[in-house]
Amino acid sequence: MLRLEPRAAPSTLMAWLSPLLAVAVTMVCGLILFTAVGKDPIASLKVFFYEPIKDVHGWSEMGVKVAPLLLISVGLALCFRANVFNIGAEGQLVVGALAAGAVILALDDDTNGGAALITLAVLAGAAGGLAWAAIVAWLKDRYNANEILVSLMLVYVAELLLSWLVHGPLIDPDGFGFPQSRLFSDGFLLPVVLPGTRLHLGMVLALVASVGGWIFLARSFAGFRLRVGGMAPLAARYAGFSSRRALWGALLVSGALAGVAGAAEVMGPIGQLTPSISPGYGFAAIIVAFVGRLHPVGVIFSSFVMALFYIGGELSQTRLGMPSAITGIFQGLLLFALLACDVLIHNRLRWGN
Amino acid sequence: MTPGPIANEPRLVLSDIVKHYPAVKANDGVSLSVEAGEIHAVLGENGAGKSTLMKIIYGVLRPDSGRMLWNGQDVAIANPAQARALGIGMVFQHFSLFDTLTVAENIALGLPPDTRLDALGQRIVATTRQYGLELDPDRHVHTLSVGECQRVEIVRALLGKPQLLILDEPTSVLTPQAVERLFVTLRQLAAEGCSILYISHKLDEIRALCHRCTVMRAGRVTGVCDPREETAASLSRMMIGSEPPRLSQHAAEPGEVMLSVRRLQLPRAHPFATELQDISFDLRAGEILGVAGISGNGQQEMLAVLSGEDRRIAPDVLAYKAYPIGHRPVAWRRARGMGLVPEERLGRGAVPELSLADNVLLTHQSARTLRRGFIRHGALRTLASEIIGRFGVKAPGPQATAMSLSGGNLQKYIIGREVMRHPRVLIVAQPTWGVDVGAAARIRAELVALREAGCAVLLISEELDELFEISDRLVVIAKGRMSPAIETAHASTELIGQWMSGLWPETGVSGGVVHASA
Repeated sequence: MLRLEPRAAPSTLMAWLSPLLAVAVTMVCGLILFTAVGKDPIASLKVFFYEPIKDVHGWSEMGVKVAPLLLISVGLALCFRANVFNIGAEGQLVVGALAAGAVILALDDDTNGGAALITLAVLAGAAGGLAWAAIVAWLKDRYNANEILVSLMLVYVAELLLSWLVHGPLIDPDGFGFPQSRLFSDGFLLPVVLPGTRLHLGMVLALVASVGGWIFLARSFAGFRLRVGGMAPLAARYAGFSSRRALWGALLVSGALAGVAGAAEVMGPIGQLTPSISPGYGFAAIIVAFVGRLHPVGVIFSSFVMALFYIGGELSQTRLGMPSAITGIFQGLLLFALLACDVLIHNRLRWGN
Repeated sequence: MTPGPIANEPRLVLSDIVKHYPAVKANDGVSLSVEAGEIHAVLGENGAGKSTLMKIIYGVLRPDSGRMLWNGQDVAIANPAQARALGIGMVFQHFSLFDTLTVAENIALGLPPDTRLDALGQRIVATTRQYGLELDPDRHVHTLSVGECQRVEIVRALLGKPQLLILDEPTSVLTPQAVERLFVTLRQLAAEGCSILYISHKLDEIRALCHRCTVMRAGRVTGVCDPREETAASLSRMMIGSEPPRLSQHAAEPGEVMLSVRRLQLPRAHPFATELQDISFDLRAGEILGVAGISGNGQQEMLAVLSGEDRRIAPDVLAYKAYPIGHRPVAWRRARGMGLVPEERLGRGAVPELSLADNVLLTHQSARTLRRGFIRHGALRTLASEIIGRFGVKAPGPQATAMSLSGGNLQKYIIGREVMRHPRVLIVAQPTWGVDVGAAARIRAELVALREAGCAVLLISEELDELFEISDRLVVIAKGRMSPAIETAHASTELIGQWMSGLWPETGVSGGVVHASA
């Protein structure tokens, strides 16, 4: 009989292997799933996992999805390490997009733009996300409100706010009443980093954030305080590290990064404000952060896996006639598989009794 | 209680018990025999395998191999319920009582669901009378003292009419007077034929109480003896392989007052905290001031105030070198020469998952370890290696995680870490709690060395032996109040024990008592 036996010490090897194992388990489940709905499993998996990465165009499209996922998940990795469960990055992304879009709509006269104004708009996005996260931090700090609930509920507030604005004050006057803003002029769009594709500067910002986050956590004293606060709150109190500072710091940084992701979306592939800016990047980034082991560099790998699910999901809708829920199913499978595989970090499998 | 079915058979015989854990062999061929009506001590350091053996007898753990004979019959005990059915009772070191329930309700939880509370109450009263245990079945557990909580556990075990009662470190939380009363009860039980297995590492108690003693070291039995014919030194040799070094007494030369507390009063922060009512003392350079008292009498709360974690007090209640610091945060106090070694090593004194090197950074934040907000990892490793070398910490190296060390080694490391900061004031809570005898001696020697170097040391401890061994003066904390200070040379265990129950003369005592606020 197969049974679990506790390990004397957690296995470092399994800590790194577990995400890979989880991806493999997810693929096996995908195979079973495709077979069950009567599709050729191998051909379907090929559409899902190979088609998106077979050429440069495919990789650049992956990059377009990786950019927001990576930006957000780097921030969430910091947050979760500090035991601050911000699961409302989606809302912070929306408000960031809204802030950047509002600044652009106020300044854009079809002739201006350029590096300075683009920077201003991105900073506005960061400020928007930061402000939205600050509400969570304040409610937690002042009233000890549960940050999981508050940040989640603020997602819906943000989405309704966006919806109201694009139906009303920010609507395109020449848009035949469609609920969307004017298209931003070219001077306000993020430059493309790979000519001939949609891959924009957001990818570069995301990589910078990832490396910056890594240096912060591994090398800086502030990062150390954050980690100690998450791992052992009593030790942090003993050392004199402020838990309030960690709460505010973690939420503001992750909010700002989600805000930048939102700004990059509307100033990149979308090019205007619409009622729906993100296909759930803010939620998917939670899975990305955990699959990437809450490591700011590890999340680069998991962002690519998650981007693959998004594009593979789109392709299997058009090519295989699968429903759009397929992306969500794979995301869920991956998180589930990861949690299951993580059991092996502290336990090992043994035969016999 | 009722004698065994075959009077000549030993009550319990264990032979060649083996139990492996993933990393260690906790029991390696242990044999033990207990006669009816015998008080049998199992002596050993922490980690010697005593608790594992008791859990095997009580059915909490299954041995990997070995035989167990109960009144001459081969038995394999699958769970505690079966052990109780056979007549084995156990009182654990850590109580499992619900604070919000009454004594009778707590005891009823372990009995069949159709037990009537009123009938149970009468049985409890009858049992407590029989053994002089004094316990009101209708009181809520949160109103009981620790000693009374232990009585609840004992009564719970006695209601099962046991033929064998196992007590795991029963006196670690008791005042000396309560220990005496416990011994009276245990002797009465033994006289009635009940066998007692008494787990302890306190040599004096074993010599005073027990008929026979099995000594364990590193999972094996190293000797069986009659403790009444042994000396503390010979028992200790069997337990640790060598005698612990004795520390020389020291004539106190009181220095400058480094830390003074005046009329510290503090309401409780949560319902199970202790309210601080009246705490005053002076701590001088070059002395060790011992704070005696049973856990839960306000030590935690006082520590939080002294460390700076709790700053709900007026600034001038607490003074450092006559300078009010009640409002100053932890880092401020540490930067000016105050240090603290907390009671909980893992999770407070050290972060379990972090390396020893990283754990240095909890309290060493200077130009040596930090540059422009960035960590100098090389310097941390060097410091960690120095601590490991200088304080005899058994660790693979500075990269080992804190949780991979044994309790005693981690404690040596934490004390070493604080000593390396050359503190002017060091506050130490329960420094040798759960630490083996060798490491405890080393830790006490470090504290004494620190005092010789002119540091003011506040030693909060439950171990009276330790307090008497190294303190220059003693105070007692009880129910959130603090006694006057007394020179250790003029104090006796009886006096301190009496003070520990909150009874001390309010003002000026003759016979060498120096009033705390003098």
